[in-house]
Amino acid sequence: MAPEAGKITLANIGRENPVFAQILGICSTLAVTNVLENTVVMCAGLIFTTSLSNTTVSILRKWIPPRIRMMVSTLIIAFYVIVVDLVLKAYLPEISRQLGAYIGLIITNCIIMGRAEAFALNNKPGLSFIDGFTSGIGYAYVLLVIAFFRELLGSGTVWGISVMGDWWVNWSIMVMAPGAFFMLAVFIWIVKGMIIPDTEEVKK
Amino acid sequence: MNAPESIGVVAIFFAAAITNNILLTMYLGMCSFLAVSRQVKTAVGLGMAVVFVMTFTSAINWVIYEYLLVPYKLEYLMYIVFIIVIASFVQLVEMIIERVSETLYNALGIFLPLITVNCAILGAALFMIIRKYTFLSAVSFSAGSGVGWMLAIIIMAGIRQKMANSKVPKGLEGAGITLIIAGIMSMAFMGFTGMITLN
Repeated sequence: MAPEAGKITLANIGRENPVFAQILGICSTLAVTNVLENTVVMCAGLIFTTSLSNTTVSILRKWIPPRIRMMVSTLIIAFYVIVVDLVLKAYLPEISRQLGAYIGLIITNCIIMGRAEAFALNNKPGLSFIDGFTSGIGYAYVLLVIAFFRELLGSGTVWGISVMGDWWVNWSIMVMAPGAFFMLAVFIWIVKGMIIPDTEEVKK
Repeated sequence: MNAPESIGVVAIFFAAAITNNILLTMYLGMCSFLAVSRQVKTAVGLGMAVVFVMTFTSAINWVIYEYLLVPYKLEYLMYIVFIIVIASFVQLVEMIIERVSETLYNALGIFLPLITVNCAILGAALFMIIRKYTFLSAVSFSAGSGVGWMLAIIIMAGIRQKMANSKVPKGLEGAGITLIIAGIMSMAFMGFTGMITLN
């Protein structure tokens, strides 16, 4: 199991990263990355949901009738999202209010459904857990990078602490909607620019 | 957050469609937006399906939330309930139009299953709850959001069709350039801000 787990981890973080290689889960990537603190909470919620729902789907995979498997996995995912939502409401009410509907929208995050469909239905629970967890990590670090730069350029702060000094003029576009699109596009551009030459060499 | 009555039902419709476009300012429904925006024809089909499903499921969800979940203090179940309503509504509509109209089925049929996982539908339902809309405002908000989504995807498909012949830097092809166009479109839509605002 160990070498396979390593391979999955590497794929999910690098070449098959859910965000920049498969272009999944873009909604929340764009929506919650204007402040670093919210992003961290969102990522934690997603990692929790995707690893546990993957495990659950995998445990139940022999009993889920194939015709209604989407429905069943959606319900499993919704169950974990409710857990996340209630925990956030109880312990971090301020952040929960700011994230608002986006917590609920973890349910329709294509990464989770995609992993459940593509991986958990055909693999053992242990491996599925690792797959879900590393997919979550792959998603999380992309978000953190984007959020770091958006907060830094847009408000001159990191984690709410001012780092740029008084001379810095905020690029307010970065914390608004268009900035999110541009930032993600640039990120994808840089990463693909680094990965594409690699894959071409392998082909030769 | 403030009383939606002060804006009026018609204004909510236009605000949801243009100034607070669900796709370009709230980023909902990005997955299918990026995947299905290559052709204007398919974009129109998917857009119409979204408008239809969004309007009706939001109405159903509003009624269920207000008259079933709130009285029994079951608000925390809303995610599960909403997603079941959306999934079964989509399934039902698919079966009905398959029987009733061959042409309509050919036009919309293949897009309906995609819609269950379109986060814009669930998103519109959740936003209308968070903003505490009345029934009419909720319907007008979700219809407006659907129209706004359709508008955005058709514009994007038109631009991408024209762009098929132009050279795009390597690494930026596909998703990258689409996101940049979306960013520029989003700036254009921001120009409408101030005409009507929605909170």
